[in-house]
Amino acid sequence: MSTENTYNYRVVRQFAIMTVVWGIVGMLVGVIIAAQMAWPALNFDIAWLTFGRLRPLHTNAVIFAFGGCALFASSYYVVQRTCHVRLFSDKLAGFTFWGWQSVIVLAAITLPLGITTSKEYAELEWPIDLLITVVWVAYAVVFFGTLMKRRINHIYVANWFFAGFIITIAVLHVVNSAALPVSFLKSYSAYAGVQDAMIQWWYGHNAVGFFLTAGFLGIMYYFIPKQAERPVYSYRLSVVHFWALVFTYIWAGPHHLHYTALPDWAQSLGMAFSLILLAPSWGGMINGIMTLSGAWEKLRTDPILKFLIVSVSFYGMSTFEGPMMSIKTVNALSHYTDWTIGHVHSGALGWVAFVSIGAMYYLIPRLFNRELYSVKLAELHFWISTIGIVLYITSMWISGVMQGLMWRAINQDGTLTYSFVESVQAMHPYYIIRTLGGVLFLVGMLIMAYNLYRTVVGAKPHEAAIPAVAH
Amino acid sequence: MGVVHGIWTLLLLLIFVGIIAWVWSSKRKRHFEQAAQIPLQDGDAASEGEPQNTEKKDGG
Repeated sequence: MSTENTYNYRVVRQFAIMTVVWGIVGMLVGVIIAAQMAWPALNFDIAWLTFGRLRPLHTNAVIFAFGGCALFASSYYVVQRTCHVRLFSDKLAGFTFWGWQSVIVLAAITLPLGITTSKEYAELEWPIDLLITVVWVAYAVVFFGTLMKRRINHIYVANWFFAGFIITIAVLHVVNSAALPVSFLKSYSAYAGVQDAMIQWWYGHNAVGFFLTAGFLGIMYYFIPKQAERPVYSYRLSVVHFWALVFTYIWAGPHHLHYTALPDWAQSLGMAFSLILLAPSWGGMINGIMTLSGAWEKLRTDPILKFLIVSVSFYGMSTFEGPMMSIKTVNALSHYTDWTIGHVHSGALGWVAFVSIGAMYYLIPRLFNRELYSVKLAELHFWISTIGIVLYITSMWISGVMQGLMWRAINQDGTLTYSFVESVQAMHPYYIIRTLGGVLFLVGMLIMAYNLYRTVVGAKPHEAAIPAVAH
Repeated sequence: MGVVHGIWTLLLLLIFVGIIAWVWSSKRKRHFEQAAQIPLQDGDAASEGEPQNTEKKDGG
């Protein structure tokens, strides 16, 4: 059988396996820094292991290594199977895999060494930024090349979300990473002062909006209908969902800069668009969950569907919490506190990680033509992780609101009621609970890794045939 | 400059309203219903009766 009659599953397999590997690595680093917050001695006075260096390693590993590999794997799988063609170029697709892994390894080396631009979620220095750009252009060529040679006339909605994610991330990365190199490992941002902050958070919030949302919505729109064996609840709503998200997300960044030197009108604009975002977000959530309408009983027995549907529920929860926190008066309490950390993790663990885990449980057995080794272990994984998330976000809510209240409390004579260190002391028990939540989530990932290892061990790589007749 | 921005914003809003009207027009109902079936007609599901490959239907 010539390769043109089969899908390219090789690159999907590579990315899918690395999704699990980098997920464990990134979450392990997360657990370590969570423990350091509770027990600071755990950095052992070694510069490479300090919180300031490991924290960007954790965020880069979970977002770009774990999340990135999940997006590469699922977008390559979905675009082939909904267009009924093999990927545009096997070699270029292979290059995106090895290129992306190189970026991850370089990040894992440079960040602990303290080599950083200090821009949040864009810490990598300029030579690595250039490599990311090259890999990303190759990704775009493979993805859009595949769309162009498609044998299905209509471009399925999941591909629209992947396409929006690929284009927007390219623009965001190039603009925000513009810098003047002063040496091989040091550069300075092309922007200064509040403009730099505005561009950073235009980038930062759209990394959330397009990397962590649009891309994973692409996963939702394919894998929920497949696992539930029914079409999406409303295809028309999905089209409006896509355009509404694209039109509004790009404006929401200034809510990261409330009460700063950013002009007041820009802050209010960011807040207004963040509030508008509730509509498309919840439209999409309802669309995902209602896909299961009439087949709710499947949730009882199918852990993959549990992961997928609960992920969309967390998406709904965090996209309600986000607009609320963008309101300036709420933000005055929540900003710079652990509430933000709790919010981010309800999105990152509940939505992004759960939808990726569901997609990987679906994908990996199919990529090796095997049945999942143990449904029971997947079920166990689901419950352990869910308890982990609940511990994590509730402890951060309590800790964050308490911090905010303690920082703003004043005595009758106008002096502060609490010193900063008193708020730190008050947070200690919640930091321990948060660490426990993180440990549970990591244990879940290890169970998944074992389950998937037993699923694929000894299996021959599988290349599925492309249906003969174009629909 | 402010007028240009205002017109541009209005234009984007009208395009968005146009997209909604286009999507919900009754002429395209069938088209979108068929589009929703695309992932289910990829020779993977057993319900489709198209034994193109040997993949198992249920990974869970």
